Amino acid sequence: MSQWLPQQKRSLQPNRRRFVQGLAAGGVLAATPTWLQAAMSSKVAQGQTPVLSGREINLVIAESPVNFTGVTRMATTINGSIPAPTLRLREGDEVTIRVTNHLAVATSIHWHGILLPYQMDGVPGISFKGIAPGETFTYRFTLQQSGTYWYHSHSGFQEMTGMYGALIIEPRAGERHRSDQDYVVQLSDWTDEDPMRAFSKLKMQSDVYNFNQPTFFDFSEDVSKVGLQGALEKRQMWNQMRMNPTDLNDLSAATLTFLMNGTAPNGNWTGLFQRGQRIRLRFINAASNSFYDVRIPGLKLTVIQADGQDVEPVSVDEFRFGPGETYDVLVEPADDAYTIFAQSMDRTGYTRGTLALQQGLSAPVPALDPAEWLTMSDMMGAMGSMAGMNHDSMKGMEGMNHGSMKGMQGMGSMDGMKGMAGMKGMDHSAMNHQPKNPLAKPSSTVNHASSEYGASVDMRVDTPRTNLDDPGIGLRNNGRRVLTLADLKSINGLLDDRRTPTKELELHLTGNMERYSWSFDGLEFGKSTPVSLKHGERVRVILQNDTMMTHPMHLHGMWSELETDQGELRVRRHTIPVQPSQRISFLTTPNDLGRWAWHCHLLFHMDAGMFREVVVS
Amino acid sequence: MSNMKHIVGFAVISAAFNASTSWAQMDHGEMQMQGGSAPDNARDPHAYSDGYTLTDGPYAQQGPRQLKLADEHAFLSVLGDRLEYSEDSGDTTFDLLARYGTTYDSLVVKAEGDTKGSQLEESQTDLLWSHAISVFFDTQLGVRLDQYKEGSDRQWLAAGIQGLAPYWFELDATAYLGDDGRTALTFEAEYELLLTQKLVLQPRAELNLYGKDDPSNGLGSGLSDLSIGLRLRYEISRQFAPYVGVEWSDAYGGTADYRQAAGQDINDTQLVAGLRFWF
Repeated sequence: MSQWLPQQKRSLQPNRRRFVQGLAAGGVLAATPTWLQAAMSSKVAQGQTPVLSGREINLVIAESPVNFTGVTRMATTINGSIPAPTLRLREGDEVTIRVTNHLAVATSIHWHGILLPYQMDGVPGISFKGIAPGETFTYRFTLQQSGTYWYHSHSGFQEMTGMYGALIIEPRAGERHRSDQDYVVQLSDWTDEDPMRAFSKLKMQSDVYNFNQPTFFDFSEDVSKVGLQGALEKRQMWNQMRMNPTDLNDLSAATLTFLMNGTAPNGNWTGLFQRGQRIRLRFINAASNSFYDVRIPGLKLTVIQADGQDVEPVSVDEFRFGPGETYDVLVEPADDAYTIFAQSMDRTGYTRGTLALQQGLSAPVPALDPAEWLTMSDMMGAMGSMAGMNHDSMKGMEGMNHGSMKGMQGMGSMDGMKGMAGMKGMDHSAMNHQPKNPLAKPSSTVNHASSEYGASVDMRVDTPRTNLDDPGIGLRNNGRRVLTLADLKSINGLLDDRRTPTKELELHLTGNMERYSWSFDGLEFGKSTPVSLKHGERVRVILQNDTMMTHPMHLHGMWSELETDQGELRVRRHTIPVQPSQRISFLTTPNDLGRWAWHCHLLFHMDAGMFREVVVS
Repeated sequence: MSNMKHIVGFAVISAAFNASTSWAQMDHGEMQMQGGSAPDNARDPHAYSDGYTLTDGPYAQQGPRQLKLADEHAFLSVLGDRLEYSEDSGDTTFDLLARYGTTYDSLVVKAEGDTKGSQLEESQTDLLWSHAISVFFDTQLGVRLDQYKEGSDRQWLAAGIQGLAPYWFELDATAYLGDDGRTALTFEAEYELLLTQKLVLQPRAELNLYGKDDPSNGLGSGLSDLSIGLRLRYEISRQFAPYVGVEWSDAYGGTADYRQAAGQDINDTQLVAGLRFWF
């Protein structure tokens, strides 16, 4: 598709053809086989996810007919519901979870974010063989942690077709924060297409679901506003590099229906409260391929947990999270009803629900925000931010050891170089205070892998940005207080391994959008070798994003402890979103032996090959 | 008028190739962001493996590797770029591309031809192994089979390059070697201009050159013919788009002489209506 760029801001009205708001009473259809009824713990009602608790859990995987959009499709379900039953377990308990496969193909369940023996981690081909049709696999492990987590299939695209549920582990010592109501708010997405078909369409034409592409008429509008030269310069870099500035989500509302607790927007999932109550909302992004921007107009969100781990409370208006991430927030409503609004990052659609004093109340649903173009700082990191300055200042950069600026002249007048924060990354490399131990701080020298120079990588960033305080494309300067990684700080005592790392690994997140291939270091999973770690060692991992998309990177089996570019430990995560042209680092201590998966949690990126194995021995 | 189109045709093709060249020149700067070759000190992507592989080393699953993702999956796609009818000539033209393979290696079949009524007038079929050599380009090696209702069928060895040039020009350039020392060169360039999200204007140019005269097929040596098309399609879905367009073609040198001798027009302008689809 050609690249005539649209103007920077245009509200995308949810168009019926493009954005299916779903059925008011959609979901898993009533007809349930009798053998399954036995496995179902309670009657499945609209928006009412069943809850299972105790030390012994039985789960049954089967196909079930569903209807979210007016069309009946087969889903893969756990105990016949979407989402799957919420498991409420207790810290310290040894749990036994029997999973029976009634599908015609193998299945699996992965306990996302849970520390356990690798054989129980549920990744077919890495932790075990998978669960064959007709077979029952018994998971048994002791819960060493508490908080909000989730579980999902790790086989093929089964997660995308319905296999995901919440996993809540109650702390032995009681909750740190009192709340009067406690709701899981699980966001997901649904497509009526066969996921493999959708994937193969992206292989054929990677912008097939993007209906926000630059057009000729947008170009003409720009010409009349800023002149021909200005309009051409704005597009020059994108056109030369054959990259699309509106490539925000690979799948859009053109095929996805966005769900909250298994309910389409028209279904309006509702959580009830009484006046004066404090509500805990456990947000889980269980979507296959969608980043969500979540807010509750009229309410401050006090974030108290990230990925199940307590953080210093921070009050925000909005947060963005990707597949795999969870945030627990407290809210204290004063009015009768509020809308929980979660718009997709590409602004093609949203899902929503309501917090209300009683069923049937609702509050206004906000309009979608305008879709923005990616900026130069998304494409080039710190260099892109610098480009926002006038040409004279470019000279001064030569002393900064970032190579020649040849060929970059055109971008000086390109639009959207707001985030000057990106420069922080350059400052410290230029100042170069040599610490006693070079591993005290993450290296700022960019090392591209030799395999990043081939057909698999469409972009390499030489001047990444290392700041953590960027809310990301579409959320910058939107007038709301938006959570960033810089706001997250684990509570005292959580990050207790203060050892300086003994080794530093650098890996780059890479892809070729035109060929629709995703990888680490330009090597898709099939061409990769495992990352080998020693049991108990303290390791630093640097992840640099050499793509223009945000990747939620999920490392199984051990924590990812995010640090600043100065080496200051900040927050414990199991899934870290890495923004375009960003370079982040985390420390980890692998305490469990075995082989573990490490991948982007955008399901299509994972399946395209952005996946590595980690061996702890 | 035809001279004007002639110039436009060359302009489209040369602009497309030029754009690639100017980008290649930019690559010489140190801030290269795409392609190129790895410096000697580039990081070894297997440096962290301690010699282990996906199937060997501690805790590896027994037996052959079970986990295979889409990077090891072969995909099939078929593109009907042009399937069109011209009322002036009564001709139906087809231009199909089928691809089966992985991200970097695939079998490609390109079939192009004309039919009159239910009769196949002529067709050209390329059977190619397509291999990614750079971020946006593939080399293509294989054979081409030409079939003529009236004339002599030809077989060729084919070597070409196909891909996406800067500024989103889709290029296809192939050199052919036939029997009796015959040679040929074809260039194709396409562009897609989105007027709206669904209305797409597609200029297209194709140029053929031959190394020696082929009288039985009415082809002269040197620059033989140029055709330029402009098609406007409406994408009912991304995969299904009817279009209308105009196709202009001109012949040169020996080919023009053969056409003249056969009482045919040297150049020709036709209105076409057709369908673009893929799956």
